[in-house]
Amino acid sequence: MENTLFIENGLTAIIAASVITYAFRFGGLILADRLPQTGSLRNFFDALPGTILVSLVVPSAANAGWQGFVGVAACLGIYFRTKNLLLTMISGVLTVYLIRLL
Amino acid sequence: MKCLSKARIGTQKHSSLYNGAVANIPLAISAIIYGSVLGVLSAQKGVTWAEMSAMNILMFAGSAQFVMVDMWQAPLSVAAIAISVFIINLRYLLIGASLQPVFSGHSLWRKAFFMHLVADENWAVTIAEHRKSGTDPFFLLGGGLLLLCAWSSGTLAGNLLGSFINQPEKYALDFAFTAVFAALTLNLWRGKGDVIPWCVAMVLALICEKFLPGKWYIVVGGIGGALVSALMDYKRKLN
Repeated sequence: MENTLFIENGLTAIIAASVITYAFRFGGLILADRLPQTGSLRNFFDALPGTILVSLVVPSAANAGWQGFVGVAACLGIYFRTKNLLLTMISGVLTVYLIRLL
Repeated sequence: MKCLSKARIGTQKHSSLYNGAVANIPLAISAIIYGSVLGVLSAQKGVTWAEMSAMNILMFAGSAQFVMVDMWQAPLSVAAIAISVFIINLRYLLIGASLQPVFSGHSLWRKAFFMHLVADENWAVTIAEHRKSGTDPFFLLGGGLLLLCAWSSGTLAGNLLGSFINQPEKYALDFAFTAVFAALTLNLWRGKGDVIPWCVAMVLALICEKFLPGKWYIVVGGIGGALVSALMDYKRKLN
C-alpha cells in the first residue's frame, strides 16, 4: 500500500527539500538576531524588504510585457486610492485580461 | 489581576491571528487558483495526493513545488531535487532575516514554529503592516494558516479532480500575484532615500532573471539594493 502512495525516493526527496527550506526560513531569522542592531548593517536589513519585493515584482511584470506595466500602473492607482488589496488584485487581473483580448 | 491581563493578551493574540488571516484573503484566493493549476500538472505527472500533501505541509513553498512536480519521475534523484530547491528557496534566508523586528522579544520556540509557515505572500503582507502600524508574529501565523488551507485545497482539488483551469494566462490569472505584490511594494516606500537602492534592485533583478536559474534574481536584487542603501548610509555618516 505504501508503495502506491510515494514513488521510490519520493518521501526522502520531499523531506530533504523541506529541511533545506525550513533551514533558510528559521536560519535567516536566527542569523539576523545575532547581528548588531545598529549602524549600516541595521540599515541593510531595514532596506531589505523593499528591495526584495521590487526584485520579485519587476521581472514578473516585465514578463507580462507592456500589458504587465499597464496592469501594474492600474494596480498602484487603485491601491493608492482604496488601500484595498482584493480590489487591487481584481482590477489588475481585469486590466491585463481586457488588454490581452484586444 | 494577573488573570485579567493574561486574558487580554490572549484576545490580542486571537485578534492578531484573525487580522492576519483576513489581510491575506486576496492572496489566498490567488493561491487556490494557482494551487489548482499545480494540482492538475501534478496529476498529469503522476504525483499522488499523498506526495502533494507531504509537499504542502512539510515544505509549503509554491514555486519550489512547481519545479519538484516537473522533476517527478522515476528514477527520482534526491540530489537534483535538493539542489533545485536550494536555489529556488535561498531567498527565504533574506525573508527570514527581514522578519527580525516582527519577532523581536518573542521566544525561540515561537520563532521555530511560526517560521515554518512563512511564504512570500504572508511575509509581504506582514512587513507592510509592520511598517504601517506595528504587528506581531501571530499576524504572520494567521496569514500562514489561511494560505496553507488555500494552497492545500487548491492543489488537492486539482490533483484529484483533474483540469478545470488549465490555461491561467488566458484569463490573466498569472498576473494576480504580481498585482498584489506591486501594491504591497507601495507600503514599503520610505521616501527619496529609497530611489537609488530600489533602482539598483530592479536592474539587478531584471538582468539576473535573464541569465541565472531559479530565483537567484530575487536574492541578487534584494542584497544588491540593500547593500547600496547601507553604503549610502555609511557615506552620509562619514561626512
